[in-house]
Amino acid sequence: MGAGHAHRLYRRGDSPVHRLPPHTKLAAVLGFVLVVVTTPREAVWAFALYAALLAGVAARARVPAGFVLRRLAIEIPFVAFAVLMPFVVPGESTTVLGVSLSVPGLWGAWNVLAKGTLGVAASVLLAATTELRDLVLGLQRLGLPSLLVQIASFMIRYGDVITDEMRRMSVARRSRGFEARGVRHWGVLAKSAGALFIRSYERGERVHLAMVSRGYTGTMPLLDERPATRAQWAGALALPLAALPLCLFALLG
Amino acid sequence: MTSTPSLDVRGLAYAYPDGHQALFGVDLTLGRGERVALLGPNGAGKTTLVLHLNGILTAGAGTVTVAGLPVGRKHMAEIRRKVGIVFQDPDDQLFMPTVREDVAFGPAAAGLRGAALDAVVARALDRVGMGEYADRPPHHLSFGQRRRVAVATVLAGEPEILVLDEPSSNLDPASRRELADVLRSLDVTVLMVTHDLPYALELCPRSLILSEGVIAADGPTREILSDEELMTRHRLELPYGFVPGSVA
Repeated sequence: MGAGHAHRLYRRGDSPVHRLPPHTKLAAVLGFVLVVVTTPREAVWAFALYAALLAGVAARARVPAGFVLRRLAIEIPFVAFAVLMPFVVPGESTTVLGVSLSVPGLWGAWNVLAKGTLGVAASVLLAATTELRDLVLGLQRLGLPSLLVQIASFMIRYGDVITDEMRRMSVARRSRGFEARGVRHWGVLAKSAGALFIRSYERGERVHLAMVSRGYTGTMPLLDERPATRAQWAGALALPLAALPLCLFALLG
Repeated sequence: MTSTPSLDVRGLAYAYPDGHQALFGVDLTLGRGERVALLGPNGAGKTTLVLHLNGILTAGAGTVTVAGLPVGRKHMAEIRRKVGIVFQDPDDQLFMPTVREDVAFGPAAAGLRGAALDAVVARALDRVGMGEYADRPPHHLSFGQRRRVAVATVLAGEPEILVLDEPSSNLDPASRRELADVLRSLDVTVLMVTHDLPYALELCPRSLILSEGVIAADGPTREILSDEELMTRHRLELPYGFVPGSVA
């Protein structure tokens, strides 16, 4: 839908994955992630196959590997935590390159890393093939409470407006000779943030007025009734359904 | 026997909860298809009056009737559809992620769906010349375009009366003229709240002055703008060099 709101995670395209209704993709990603986290960490081969499945999805969506890998960077803070585990977790230890590492810690790190990476990669693929606006509509179709959907929609609509306002305030500050340098200036920044909050709050009141004036009674009308066909559901759920037997095999095996 | 007026306000008085009284008995009548300017200095109560027209504020005394229907709790949904208010800041008015969804909001809230809804949206956008922008987010439009979309959002409800709050504010001259063309092309009653006196003269044969909470003058726009004593008394000033009589 539309030319706008091309958020940075989105990659314009017209692949079979792009065309799937957003709510089927959301359900597929959720299902896939659940399967992945349920898989015992010792089944290393299963995680390799999950990654292969995701690579298959990326290929169908024509999302290049570099695009996904760069966006995996969001995971780094969690990776830092995982890297610490072999050093701090107590238990049986082993020596790698002369460094003593804990075996449960290594398994714990692997667990966080493998499952986290697969989850993030699946989400990156979802975001790359689905417009922000459609994601919100998808959540609405999946039954997310209307209030949360409305909050998310307004965030999309007014994010730019408020960022603009923030930028104008910053220009105004600097035009009067203010440069934030260090702690002594935090007071000014805090006051600006407060002013921005009040402005946004007042805008909220005006927006509400405009909504009420046009017949708003508490719920947003759902405009895009795009029910998914059986084939579309099958297409989307192919990912978690392909992952499920691997998980079961690992659990039983 | 004349037809039912689009808007009839009788003895409207209102005081804000903090005790500040803004309106002291406003009387006005707008016939069907009239275009009327509501003039007045800052703080005269113009916005307060506007918010009474669709029942956002409830009169302390007096009545507001829209096309024969009294404004009140009973007919609120119908009243809000009949009175289309275009607020001053289009970023307040356009709250949906895309132009199309925004224009569809009112009719969809009234229960319209599917092809009928699409047709209403397309027609409203065509009336303001914004048909090709349906799928754009409002933030990516120029200010003048956003204002015209804001007009479309209320036109989509087929209102009895269009109320515009400072329609020409912040518009460059070309956008200002484009909006004037749009407003002239509409077959709908218009109440235009404005400080832009040349714009009032251009678009509205009749003007009202709201001053200190009452209607202080009601007459042909040209006569009102030419009455220097009246204008001065109500803090209204023409732009430098503008002579109402000299404009055709």
